[in-house]
Amino acid sequence: MTLIASSIGRKFAMALSGLFLVIFLTQHFAINITSVFSAALFNELSHFMGNNPLVQFVFQPILILGVLFHFTLGFLLEIKNAQSRNVKYKTYRGAANAPWVSRNMILSGAVILSFLGLHFYDFWVPEMNYKYIEVLPLNSERYFEELIHKFESPVRVGIYALSFVFLSLHLYHGFSSSFQSVGLNNSYTKALKTFTVAFSIVIPVGFVFIALFHHLTAF
Amino acid sequence: MALDSKIPQGSLADKWTTHKSNINLVSPANKRLIDVIVVGTGLAGASASATLAELGYNVKTFCFQDSPRRAHSIAAQGGINAAKNYQGDGDSTYRLFYDTIKGGDYRSREANVYRLAEVSANIIDQCVAQGVPFARDYGGLLDNRSFGGVLVSRTFYAKGQTGQQLLLGAYSAMNRQIGRGKIKMYNRHEMMDLVVVEGKARGIIARNLVSGELERHSAHAVVIASGGYGNVFFLSTNAMGSNVSAAWKIHKKGAHFANPCFTQIHPTCIPVSGEHQSKLTLMSESLRNDGRIWVPKNLEDVKAIREGRLKPTEIKEEDRDYYLERRYPAFGNLVPRDVASRAAKERCDEGYGVNKTGEAVYLDFASAIERYGKEQAHVKGLDTEDSALVKKLGQDVIRAKYGNLFQMYEKIVDQNPYETPMMIYPAVHYTMGGVWVDYNLMTSIPGCYAIGEANFSDHGANRLGASALMQGLADGYFVLPYTIGDYLSNDIRTGSIDTNLPEFEKAEAAVKAQLEAFVSNKGTHTVDYYHRKLGKIMWDKCGMSRNAKGLKEAITEIKALREDFYKNVKVPGTTTDFNPELAKAGRVADFLELGELFAKDALERNESCGGHFREESQTPEGEALRDDENFTFVSAWEYKGDPSQAKLHKEALNYQEIEVKTRSYK
Amino acid sequence: MKLTLKIWRQANAQAKGKMETYQLEEVSPDMSFLEMMDVLNEQLIEQGIDPVAFDHDCREGICGMCSMFINGEAHGPDRLVTTCQLHMRKFKDGDTITIEPFRAKAFPVIKDLTVDRSSFDRIQQAGGFVSVNTSGNTQDANAIPIDKHDADKAFDAATCIGCGACVATCKNASAMLFVSAKVSQYALLPQGKVEATDRVLNMVNQMDEEGFGNCTNTGACEVECPKGISLENIARMNREYLHASLKG
Repeated sequence: MTLIASSIGRKFAMALSGLFLVIFLTQHFAINITSVFSAALFNELSHFMGNNPLVQFVFQPILILGVLFHFTLGFLLEIKNAQSRNVKYKTYRGAANAPWVSRNMILSGAVILSFLGLHFYDFWVPEMNYKYIEVLPLNSERYFEELIHKFESPVRVGIYALSFVFLSLHLYHGFSSSFQSVGLNNSYTKALKTFTVAFSIVIPVGFVFIALFHHLTAF
Repeated sequence: MALDSKIPQGSLADKWTTHKSNINLVSPANKRLIDVIVVGTGLAGASASATLAELGYNVKTFCFQDSPRRAHSIAAQGGINAAKNYQGDGDSTYRLFYDTIKGGDYRSREANVYRLAEVSANIIDQCVAQGVPFARDYGGLLDNRSFGGVLVSRTFYAKGQTGQQLLLGAYSAMNRQIGRGKIKMYNRHEMMDLVVVEGKARGIIARNLVSGELERHSAHAVVIASGGYGNVFFLSTNAMGSNVSAAWKIHKKGAHFANPCFTQIHPTCIPVSGEHQSKLTLMSESLRNDGRIWVPKNLEDVKAIREGRLKPTEIKEEDRDYYLERRYPAFGNLVPRDVASRAAKERCDEGYGVNKTGEAVYLDFASAIERYGKEQAHVKGLDTEDSALVKKLGQDVIRAKYGNLFQMYEKIVDQNPYETPMMIYPAVHYTMGGVWVDYNLMTSIPGCYAIGEANFSDHGANRLGASALMQGLADGYFVLPYTIGDYLSNDIRTGSIDTNLPEFEKAEAAVKAQLEAFVSNKGTHTVDYYHRKLGKIMWDKCGMSRNAKGLKEAITEIKALREDFYKNVKVPGTTTDFNPELAKAGRVADFLELGELFAKDALERNESCGGHFREESQTPEGEALRDDENFTFVSAWEYKGDPSQAKLHKEALNYQEIEVKTRSYK
Repeated sequence: MKLTLKIWRQANAQAKGKMETYQLEEVSPDMSFLEMMDVLNEQLIEQGIDPVAFDHDCREGICGMCSMFINGEAHGPDRLVTTCQLHMRKFKDGDTITIEPFRAKAFPVIKDLTVDRSSFDRIQQAGGFVSVNTSGNTQDANAIPIDKHDADKAFDAATCIGCGACVATCKNASAMLFVSAKVSQYALLPQGKVEATDRVLNMVNQMDEEGFGNCTNTGACEVECPKGISLENIARMNREYLHASLKG
C-alpha cells in the first residue's frame, strides 16, 4: 500500500474523490433544475432517488464515504503541508505567483463543509426521519412542496448563495487541477481548463438561480 | 629531482593502447582494500570519483560547495569537442590532435594531446548512455556545430548549457555510487593541506566548513581536481569560490607547478560596470559570427559618448574604426581569442574605450540585422527598401540565433542590444597552466594526481573553444582510472593508513595555527580589499600584455601586498563555526603566493605564445612572436620555501608528428 | 540609492533567529543583488559585526547555489532569474527589502541565509541516474535515434539547477517540481526507460521521507522557477508513479 501512503498516492486520491463529487454535483443539479419548469418531473425524479434501493443503500453510502474521505484527507494534508515549513516566512507574497483560490482550498472547503452540515440538517435529516424513523407513508408528491418551503427564508437563501460562491471557487481550482494530479497535462489541457472554468461558474450559478427562483416565485 | 614525463615508447597512435596493456592492475578483491581521495567535483573530479568507485575502490570525495553539482564546470556554455566525424566532414583523431596542438601554439605535450583526441569519442558515447540530453536533429541523431580555430563541425552541445548537462551526467554517476556506499561524499568541506608520509601522498586535512572542525582523512592516493586559478585576477568568469588552494597546497608539499603564466583571456565578456563588480559574465564566442567590433575613430566622439552627449548609433560609418577588420583582413572579427583580446586592449589603452571606465568596445549587430533583414524581405517578396520592415525581419533572425544571450545582456547592462551595440571587454576565463603531471597524470609527489583544469598538460599556451569539457571528462573517465591502478598495485598489502601518524598531526597543527592567526589578527582591511588589490596588479601587469619592467614591479608589489595582508587583514568570527570570510582568507593567502610565481614565470618566458604576450617579443606589426629555439619547453616550478625562491625545471617538448609553424591571421 | 534591509540573522542551526535591520547608502542600480550584499558585508566587517552568511558561487545564474527569499518571493521580484542575476535597478531609492532564507523543514538553516539542501542530493541518490558503468563504448552515441521532440523536452526538464526555489515558494514546501524534472528527463529518453519503475518509486519515497509537503497544484513553483521548468513535468511524474505503483 505504498501508493496510498505516498504523497502522490494521496494527491491521486484527492483528485479522484473530488472528480467523483463533481459527478454527483452534476447529477444533483440536473434533478434540481427540473423544479424550475416542472414540479411533477421533479417529484418523480426525487421519489425515484429517495426510494430506489440501489440509490439508497449503495450509492448514498458511497457518496457519504466519498465526502468524508475527501474532506478528511484534505484536512490531514493541510496539517502535513503546514508542518513542512515549520518556521514561517515573515514576508510571503503568495499573490505574486499563485491565484488566491488555489492557495485557499482549505478555506473554501471548510465553508462548503459547514454548508453541507446545514444542507443535511435541512434536507437529509428530515428525509431520513420521514422515511426510516417515523416511517411515514410514501408520498410521491411531497418533494416540490418541501423545496419551496425551504427557500422561503431570505437568510437561508443568502447563506445558500454565499456557500455556492465558495463552491465555485473550490471548483475553479479543484476541478481542472484534479486532471493534473492524475497525470493529464497535454495538448487538451487548455480546452479542459476552459471547460472546468465554465463548469465551476455555471453549476453554482445554476444552483443559486434555482434557490432565487423559488424564493421569488413562492408568493 | 629531474622531470620524467614517463611518455611511453612507440608510435604516437599506439602509445596509449600499448601503455594500457602493459601497466599493472589491481584485482577487484584488492580494490576493496584501497582508499582514494578526490578533491573537487567538477567534470574531472566527479567523473573520476564515479569511475573509481565503479571499479571498486573506496572513494572519498570533497567539495566546498553545498552539493557536488555546483562545481563551476556547470557554467560552460558552448560545447564539447569529439572526433566522431558524424558530419562526414573529414574529422579524425589526428585532426583533433593537430588542431589542439596548433591552437595551443605548440606548447603542449604531444602524447597527452593525442590521447585526449583518441578518447574524445568515448566521452560522447558514455554521456549519451547516461542520459545527457545533447541537441539532436530531426532524424533523431546528434547534432554538431563549429567552433573557432577549426575547419570541421565536431562540437556536441546542449543549447547554451553543455557544461551543466555534462556535469549533471557525471553527478548522476556519482549519485549512483554514493547510494551504493562506494563514494563517501563530503559536501561543504575544504581541503586544507596534503599529508605526505614517507614521500607518498597519504591523505589530506579537510575543514568542515559548517562546523569549522578540522578532519584527517587518509588514503592510498589523492586526486586533485580543483580547477583553475583565474580568480587570482579577482575579476574573472570563474565562480566566486573557485580557488587555487588545493593545487597550491600540493605545490608547497613538492608538486611542481607548470606554466603558471598561461592564462586565457576571453574577448567577449560584459565589461566592468563599477568598483562594486564581483565577477564577470561571458557572452558566447559565437556572437562574433554576426557582430562587428569597433570603436570611434575620433577621440572627441569617445569623450562625447562617455559624457552621454552622443549615442553610438549616431556615429557615422566613416567615423568608426573596425579595428579587427582593419588589422586582420583575412579573419576579421573571427580571429582567435588571444588576438581579439589584445586588439581590444590596444584600442582602450589608446583612449578609445567607450564606457565610463574606458574599458569597453562595441560589438555591433546593426549590419547583420540589415543583411538578414534584406535577405528575409527578398525571400518573402517584400520591399527591401522599407528600412523599418528590414530591421524588424533582421532582428527576428538575430533573436532566433542569440535570443537568450541578448536577454542576459539586457538583464545585466539594462540596454537593448537589438537597438544599440553591445559593449564588451576581455576577461580572464581559463588557466592553461597548472600542476605539473606526467603521462599518468601523477604530480611530482608519488600517489598525488592532478586532473582537469588543475593540471597543465593538454592546452599548451592557449585553449581552443569546447576543449575544456573534453579534457576534464577524458581525464576523469578514461585516463586516471587506468593509470592510478599502476601505482596502487603496490599498495594492496599496505592496509588502511593510520590518521594518528605524526605527519597528520603536524599538518593539522599547521593548518590550525594559520586559521587561528587569521581570526586573532587585529587587522583593518577585509579579505576582499586585498583580493581586489592583487587582482589589479595582476590585470595591469600580468594581463593581456606583459613586459619585463611591469612583471618585476608586479613581483615586488605582490610580495609587499602579501606581507601587508598577514599583518593587517581583518577576519571576523571564529574558527569553530560557519565562517565564509575565514575560508576566503585562506584562499586569498594562496593567491597572493601564486600571483608572485605567475609573474616570475611570465618574466622568465621572454617570448610571446598563445595567451602569453611579451611586448619584447613581437613582430614589427605588433603580432605575437614565438621563440621556439629558446622556449619550446614546459616551465615546471619547484617550491623552495617562498615563491621568489622557486626553482625552474624545464621539460623539453619534442614534436615528432607535427611540424612547428607560425600562426598567422592576416 | 539608499536602502533599508531587513535580514534574517541566525547564528547556527540550533539558535533562534530574528530579523535585523541595516541601512545601506550608495547602492548603485547597476549592482547585482549579491554585489549589494557584498557591500553590506564589507560595511558590517568594518563595524565589527558578523557579516551575513549567504550561499553563492557562479554568479551567472547556473550553479543554483544562491538562495534568497526577497520581499516574499524566491529570488526576488524579477522572473526567470536567480538572486545573483537580480539587479538593484529593480528596486527604488528608499525601499525596504526583506531578505530571508529559503524555508522548509527539509532545508534547515545552517546560518543566516544559508540553508542545507542536501535533501535534494539524497533524492537524486535514490534513483536520479541511469545505471551504466564507465566503459565509453557501451553503445555508439548515435545507435539509438531519439525523437527531437522528446529530446528537446528532456532537455527542458534537465535545465533545472537544483536551487530549491520551487520548495521555497510553494506554500506547502513541496519538492515535486524538482523531483519531477529529473524523473521526466529520464522518462523521456530511451536510456532512462529501463529503470523508470524503480526510479520514480524510490525518488518519490525519498522525497516523502525528507519531509517535503504535498503538491496542491497552485503553480507557484513554475512561476518562480529561474529556469521556467513546466508543471507538465509534475503531471508526467504522477503518471509515471501511478503506472509504476500498479506495476508493482
